[in-house]
Amino acid sequence: MTTPLLEIRDLHASVDGTEILHGLSLSINAGEVHAIMGTNGSGKSTLTKVIAGHPDYEVTGGDVLFKGRSILQDEPEERACAGIFLAFQYPVEVPGVSNLYFLRSALNAQRKSRGEAELSGAEFLALVKEKAKLVDIDQALLNRSVNEGFSGGEKKRNEIFQLAMLAPTLAILDETDSGLDIDALKTVAAGVNSLRSPERAFLLVTHYQRLLNYIEPDFVHVLLDGRVVKSGGKQLALELEDKGYAWIEEEAASA
Amino acid sequence: MPDTNESIEALAQQEYKHGWVSHVDADQLPPGLNEDIVHAISAKKHEPEWLTEWRLRAFRHWLTMREPEWQKPKYPKIDYQGIIYYSAPKKKPEVSSLDEVDPELLETFEKLGISLDEQKRLSGVAVDAVFDSVSVKTTFREELSKQGIIFCSFSEAVTDHPELVKKYLGSVVPYTDNYFATLNSAVFSDGSFCYIPPGVRCPMELSTYFRINSAGTGQFERTLLIADEGAYVSYLEGCTAPQRDENQLHAAVVELVALKGAHIKYSTVQNWYPGDKDGKGGVYNFVTKRGMASENAKISWTQVETGSAITWKYPSCVLKGDNSVGEFYSVALTRDRQMADTGTKMIHIGKNTKSTIVSKGISAGHADQTYRGLVKIMKGATGARNYSVCDSLLIGGTCGAHTTPYIESANPTAVVEHEASTSKISDDQIFFLRQRGLSEEDAVSMIVNGFCKDVLSELPMEFAVEAQKLLGVKLEGAVG
Repeated sequence: MTTPLLEIRDLHASVDGTEILHGLSLSINAGEVHAIMGTNGSGKSTLTKVIAGHPDYEVTGGDVLFKGRSILQDEPEERACAGIFLAFQYPVEVPGVSNLYFLRSALNAQRKSRGEAELSGAEFLALVKEKAKLVDIDQALLNRSVNEGFSGGEKKRNEIFQLAMLAPTLAILDETDSGLDIDALKTVAAGVNSLRSPERAFLLVTHYQRLLNYIEPDFVHVLLDGRVVKSGGKQLALELEDKGYAWIEEEAASA
Repeated sequence: MPDTNESIEALAQQEYKHGWVSHVDADQLPPGLNEDIVHAISAKKHEPEWLTEWRLRAFRHWLTMREPEWQKPKYPKIDYQGIIYYSAPKKKPEVSSLDEVDPELLETFEKLGISLDEQKRLSGVAVDAVFDSVSVKTTFREELSKQGIIFCSFSEAVTDHPELVKKYLGSVVPYTDNYFATLNSAVFSDGSFCYIPPGVRCPMELSTYFRINSAGTGQFERTLLIADEGAYVSYLEGCTAPQRDENQLHAAVVELVALKGAHIKYSTVQNWYPGDKDGKGGVYNFVTKRGMASENAKISWTQVETGSAITWKYPSCVLKGDNSVGEFYSVALTRDRQMADTGTKMIHIGKNTKSTIVSKGISAGHADQTYRGLVKIMKGATGARNYSVCDSLLIGGTCGAHTTPYIESANPTAVVEHEASTSKISDDQIFFLRQRGLSEEDAVSMIVNGFCKDVLSELPMEFAVEAQKLLGVKLEGAVG
């Protein structure tokens, strides 16, 4: 059996002293697409931040292994350089810092940590041109300050553009579908689909089944009160869409 | 997992990198201030009688003045009798090449990254280096003089161009102006002088590096810059100082004269010793900087202030001529116990005068910063316009930022706009950048540089790069 790309074992995590994750386990192999669904407050966003190493979240038990190695002691930037990418639910603005300058710094920081040579200006721009097509992002946006004055859709598109540029092995998308109209959703989904590969895994966090019409998951997990209470194939998502979350709660309560 | 607040704290605690004292024998007067000392300074510099008289008038006026107390930063009382008012490097070099300059002095410049040699060869920047109080070396003067440009130390100007000095000295900042400017007028030691003849565009950035050295020496620089009708000059001033325990008073005066249609661009990067993390031993930077703009003239001040225990200064523009323009672009970064009370004054006298103020303040640690600015529209300034924006950025929860804009308008046609904002570097911004692979230091540096972009972009290219590095270095420290 091969080592999973990401393995979460009985994870307990809290923020401001309140435990949000109560023993969550999950395993993702390279090449797979997993969807995490659940109601508000079930711990979906917390899970993404804990994996990425947000300093506000404290892990109180369990472990997170990436490529077979525990990453809990790693700084956020070390996890990023190891190949973990988080597309944010609410992308932040960085006034005065151009998108391209930021991305080149980030990409070169990651390359440096892997012992690769930094990209020259020309190499970088060639890569930008190639990847910008994937997500259909306007060149003008690339020269503007990071996310400043971007519409909701542009911000999300920018996240997927960064994903394409940084080419991680594990991409976590936190409610990337929220706030997108159907056309933007299709573009973002097409971008993600084009980035699927046997080496790369995706973890899609979403509230609605809608996104999964466009990005087909291999596995769907339902999160309830900080635990995975049900896992299944893409059918599970359709079932949830149809019947809501109540039956899962009942099932979990009687289990 | 690392605590972001603690890490930011660590960022704010980086030690001063340019801390050392070089050992050059100094020829200095005993400490204290009286008419004899003023006479002695003047005599040491072989000054003409009119200048000695001017100094004495300033000194006598100073005795009648009271030290101001309205500023926000408070400091222990300064013992003016304990200050040494004149000190010169013993081997006063009269040299034609750098080989003849005191090697230790050269080493000092190397440490600062100001290699005169390199500057001479590579950058096309003429450097008038001020070490303590006497100018050591002026480069490129010959080349400049071909175009009639005078760029020399203040003392040389007194000897070689007395008519210009006599005409313009004190014409923008009179010797009665304020406590520290008056003190400077009495005891100023040296500084830079620059004159650009009518219609001449100065072909290179003029640059002076100030450096405070000899222990207990107050430094009283005097800079006089005159751009004659239709002339243009870009002047760069950069500073850094060695680490020490006593406070060092620096009360400089900079006067800019922009005659009809002239344009003066004056840029400063200041990195003086700020004191240790408890604020002990830093430089007091109490400077008077002012420019006078005639008809159609333009004066631009750009400053990046990162050093000193206390920075207290308001580079200002007197827009006397019609259609004259004043600009002030400022970045002030304070950390630990540093304090800054800085801003500008724009005095609109002529018709259709315009001024722009862009001020960016960054505070970290226990630092405290005040923007204080005055926009004054006089009765005759019909059609005057001002636009001001003052933004403050706080790093951590123990620093402070204050904005005190004064607006006085005596002309109903004037349009004055003021915008102000205060923000904190958010943990989410830092986390976002770290998630993309940047270290915490680089993340903070990137956010701060982005915040200052509007000001940094006003600096001449090579200075902008230096300033950007400086901001990064100032925010550096052990992380995690």
